[in-house]
Amino acid sequence: MKSSVITFPGSNCDRDMDVALKKFGFKNKMIWHNDNELPKSDLVVLPGGFSYGDYLRCGSVASKSKIMQSVINFAKSGGLVMGICNGFQILVEAGLVPGVLLRNKYLEFICKNVFVKIDNKDNPYFKNLEKDIFELHIAHNEGNYFCTDDQLKEIKDNNQVAIHYCNNDGKIEEEFNPNGSIKNIAGILNKEKNVLGMMPHPERMIDSCLSGEDGSLFFKNLLNNIK
Amino acid sequence: MQVNEKLAVEHGLKVEEYKLICELLKRTPNLTELGIFSAMWNEHCSYKSSRLHLKKLPTKGKKVIQGPGENAGVIDIEDGDAIVFKIESHNHPSFIEPYQGAATGVGGIMRDVFTMGARPIANLNSIHFGSTQHKKTKNLLRGVVHGIGGYGNCMGVPTIGGQTCFDRSYNGNILVNAMTLGLVKKNKIFYSKAAGLNKPVIYVGSKTGRDGIHGASMASASFDDKIEEKKPTVQVGDPFTEKLLLEACLELMAGDSIIAIQDMGAAGLTSSSIEMASKGKLGIEINLDKVPCRETKMTPYEIMLSESQERMLIVLENGKENLAKKIFDKWGLDFAVIGKTTNTKDIELFFNSEQVAKIPINILVENSPMYDRKWKKTKLPKKNKIQKKDLKNLKILDVLKKMISNPNVCSKKWIWEQYDHTVMGDTIQKPGGNSGVVRVHGTNKAVAAAVDSSAVYCWAHPLTGGKQIVCESWRNLISVGAKPVAITNCLNFGSPEKEENMGEFVECVEGIGEASKYLAFPVVSGNVSFYNQTKEVGIKPTPVIGGVGLIKDYTKMITMNFKSEGNLVLVIGKTEGHLDQSLFARTILDEKNGPPPEINLFNEKNNGETILKLIEGNYIKSAHDVSLGGILVGISKMCIAGNIGIEIKKPRSLLSEFEYFFCEDQGRYIIEILKSDLKKVTSVLQKNAVHYDKIGTLVGKSISFNEKTIVPVDELKSYNNNWLNNFMS
Repeated sequence: MKSSVITFPGSNCDRDMDVALKKFGFKNKMIWHNDNELPKSDLVVLPGGFSYGDYLRCGSVASKSKIMQSVINFAKSGGLVMGICNGFQILVEAGLVPGVLLRNKYLEFICKNVFVKIDNKDNPYFKNLEKDIFELHIAHNEGNYFCTDDQLKEIKDNNQVAIHYCNNDGKIEEEFNPNGSIKNIAGILNKEKNVLGMMPHPERMIDSCLSGEDGSLFFKNLLNNIK
Repeated sequence: MQVNEKLAVEHGLKVEEYKLICELLKRTPNLTELGIFSAMWNEHCSYKSSRLHLKKLPTKGKKVIQGPGENAGVIDIEDGDAIVFKIESHNHPSFIEPYQGAATGVGGIMRDVFTMGARPIANLNSIHFGSTQHKKTKNLLRGVVHGIGGYGNCMGVPTIGGQTCFDRSYNGNILVNAMTLGLVKKNKIFYSKAAGLNKPVIYVGSKTGRDGIHGASMASASFDDKIEEKKPTVQVGDPFTEKLLLEACLELMAGDSIIAIQDMGAAGLTSSSIEMASKGKLGIEINLDKVPCRETKMTPYEIMLSESQERMLIVLENGKENLAKKIFDKWGLDFAVIGKTTNTKDIELFFNSEQVAKIPINILVENSPMYDRKWKKTKLPKKNKIQKKDLKNLKILDVLKKMISNPNVCSKKWIWEQYDHTVMGDTIQKPGGNSGVVRVHGTNKAVAAAVDSSAVYCWAHPLTGGKQIVCESWRNLISVGAKPVAITNCLNFGSPEKEENMGEFVECVEGIGEASKYLAFPVVSGNVSFYNQTKEVGIKPTPVIGGVGLIKDYTKMITMNFKSEGNLVLVIGKTEGHLDQSLFARTILDEKNGPPPEINLFNEKNNGETILKLIEGNYIKSAHDVSLGGILVGISKMCIAGNIGIEIKKPRSLLSEFEYFFCEDQGRYIIEILKSDLKKVTSVLQKNAVHYDKIGTLVGKSISFNEKTIVPVDELKSYNNNWLNNFMS
C-alpha cells in the first residue's frame, strides 16, 4: 500500500509519521509542499507541526500551498486523506472537513495522553477495530473544535464525528475534555468518510516503551482496511 | 559621534579598558570599532573574570570528542554516533521580557547544537524564580514557560526534562538556563574554525534588524531601577524561521561545501565573524552593504551589533555558492555572499565602498582583558545542634504533607505538560522522573539527561555545593540506568566585582572540578552568567549542571515508579542524619544556618557504580536518588508515580524519625527489588562495601510508618499535584 506524507515548511511530525507508516508496512513517500502532483497513493497524510509558523491562522497558509490542489482533487475523487493535529487544521482551512479549531480553552499548549472513544466505525479508518476506547497522545495549542449549531446537526445527522474525548471507561464528559472542544469532539470525517481530521497523534503511540501502543492497533488496522 | 572615555563607559567598558584599546590600536577607535570592542570585551563574550578559573576544570576524557571552546561539547556514544550538547543562560533578557527572553534562549542553544551538524533531539531547562509571595513571580513563570514551549514546540524538538526552583534571592533576577542535545555522526561534525584564503563568507537565515543591539553588554551588567528601558536589547524570536534554518543547514551539511560555520548569537555578526577568523588565524573582510537588512538606513554600527535571531555565518568552499544558494532558496531563507577570508589577520568592514573599520583580530581576542579578581573564601559553617524540643511538637505526617507540597518539591506537571515532550517519537522517559531519556533513533541505545542545581548548599558552602551538584547529576543519570559520560555547566552568579560573589564562583568551580575529575565526568561545554544582581542584591550562587549519560540497551532503562506489591524497598548508602541546610531544617524548623551535607566522593562513585551493576543484573525494578527532602519525600514520590503503598519500618539506629527520614545525606538511592532477589542483591552490596537499609515492603494504597501512622497515596498525590496548579490558577 502506498502512502504520501506532505512536508510543509514548519511541519515537524512528518518524520514520525513516515516512521510509523513504514513500520506497519506502508510504502511511504515524503512529498514537498511545492510539488505540483501527488504520486499514486492509497493514503495521503497531512502531518502535525507548525506549517508556515502558524502565521495568520493555523493551517491557513498551508491549505493554499501548491500541492494542496492535488490533495483536494484526490480527496474529492474519494482518495483517503488523513490530517493529524496541524494536518487537521489544514483540512479545516481547506474546507475538506467542516468546522474550525480554536485556541485551547485554558490558553495553554497541552501535551499528554488522553482517551478517545471511537464513535463511528463505518469508515476505512476505524472499521474492524475491536476496541472502542483508545489511549492516544495530544500535543497542541489550537485543538478546540468548534462549529455552528447547524453544522453540528449536519455532522451528527451524517454520522461524521469520528472520535470523542472520554475517560478510560469511555465516559464522554466535560471533565475529560482537554481543550474545550464542542461536544468533546477530537476528530471528524467528511460526509463521504474518506477524509479524517483528528487532533491526537497515533504515530506517537507505536511502541510499548513510548507513551503506549494504541497507535499500532490503529495503523495495522488501517493497512488491512485499505488492502 | 565623538568617541571618548565617556562614550566607552556608556558602552560598558572600563576607563582602563578604553585606554588599552587606544594603546593597542595606536589611535582612537571610531564608533563602529568601539561598538565591536564593547561587544567582544564584555563579560558575556570574553569571560574576562572567569577564564582564569575555568581553566582548572577537567575537560578531557576517553569519550570526549570536543571540549569547551566550540559552539558546544561533543561526546562519543559509540557505533560512529556522537552527542553534541550545551547549556546556556538567558537570564537578563528573560527578566526584562519573559516570553521572548526564554524563547530566544531556547532558540540560541539549539542553534549552537545544529551549527555543529547535529540534529537537536532533546531540550531541557533549569529555571529559577523569586519567592512565590513576590508579585512578579507568577507572571514571570507563566511568561518563561510559554516562551520555552513556544519555541521548542514549534521546532519539533521534545523538552524531556528540567528543574524549577523558587527562592527569594531571585526576586530581582530570575534564571533561565536552556540545554539542548543533538545527534550527529562522528565523522560529520562541523566546527567554527575558518581555513583557506579568499573563501566566500556567507550570511544565511533571517534578515538583520535593530533588535537585541547591545544584548550581550546588557547581560554583562547588574540591573537598576530603569530595567524597563532595556526592553529593546531583548531579541525577538521566530521559531518557524529557525526550523527552516535547521533543515536547510542540515541539508547543506550532508555535502562537503562547508569549511566553517558559526551561529550569530551574542554580539551577532561581530563575534561570529571574529571567532571564525581568529580560530583559523586569518583575516576577514565584510561588505556590510550585502548584509540582508530588515530595516532601512541601518548603520554599520547597528548591523554589527544587532542580535537578530536565526542567522548563521558560513565559510564556504569556492564554487559551492550556487549549490548552497539553491538549498536556502528552497527553504525560503536569505542567502548572501557578504565577504571573504583574507591573509591580513584583520577584520575589515566596508560600507558604501568605504572602509568603516579595521581592527587586528588578535587585539580583539587574545589581548582581551583577563582579570584575576579578588575573592573571599567561605568558611565551613559550624554544625547546628537540633534540639529535641524543636522536634517535640512535630507530627511526621504533617511534616511530610508540607514538604511534598513545597514549591520546590511539588509536581511540575503544570509546566511540562505545556512542552511537547513526545515529538520525534523517541522519548522513553518523560519529564518528572530522575532524568529524561530519548532513544538514539533507530538503535537500541538511549541517551539520558538531567539538569540540577543546589543554590542553598552552594550559598552555605560553595566548595561543597559545587561538588554536590555534580554528584546529584551523576545520581540522576545512574537512577535511570545510564552510565554518566560528561557534563555541561551554566554558572549563574552575582557581580564578580564583589569579593564575596567572586569567592562563591571560584569555590563552586573548584568543587565542580574536584567532583567531575574524581567521577571521570568531565565538563565539555558551558556558559558563565555574572551580574545576576539588582542594585546591591545578588542571587544565591547557582551553578547548574547538565549531565548526559548513555544507556546501551534501552530495554534496561529504570523508572522511578514503584512497580508491584510484595517487592522490597532498600535505601542504598549510609543515612547519618545531617539536617543542616535540608528542606526540613529550612522550611519546617526555619533554621537557615549550618553546613550543607558532606560529600564523600569515594562513596558516591562506589554506590553509583554498584547500582549500575545491580541494574545490569536486572535486579532493580525502580530507583530514585535521595535528594531534596530526604528519604520519605523520595519514597512518597515513588509511591505517587506507581500508585502503590508501602509499609515503612525505620531501621534500628540512634537517629530520631525526623533525622532518619528527612536528612539530606548524599550518595543515597532508594531501590525496589523482588523479595526473592534480596540475598543476591545484598551480597552484591556487601561485596562492594555499600551500606544499605531495608526499609519497607510495597503493599496496598497507603503509606504507613511503624504500623501506626497511615496516609493514603492518593492524598499525598493531591498535595503534590495541587500546589502549582492552585498557584497558577
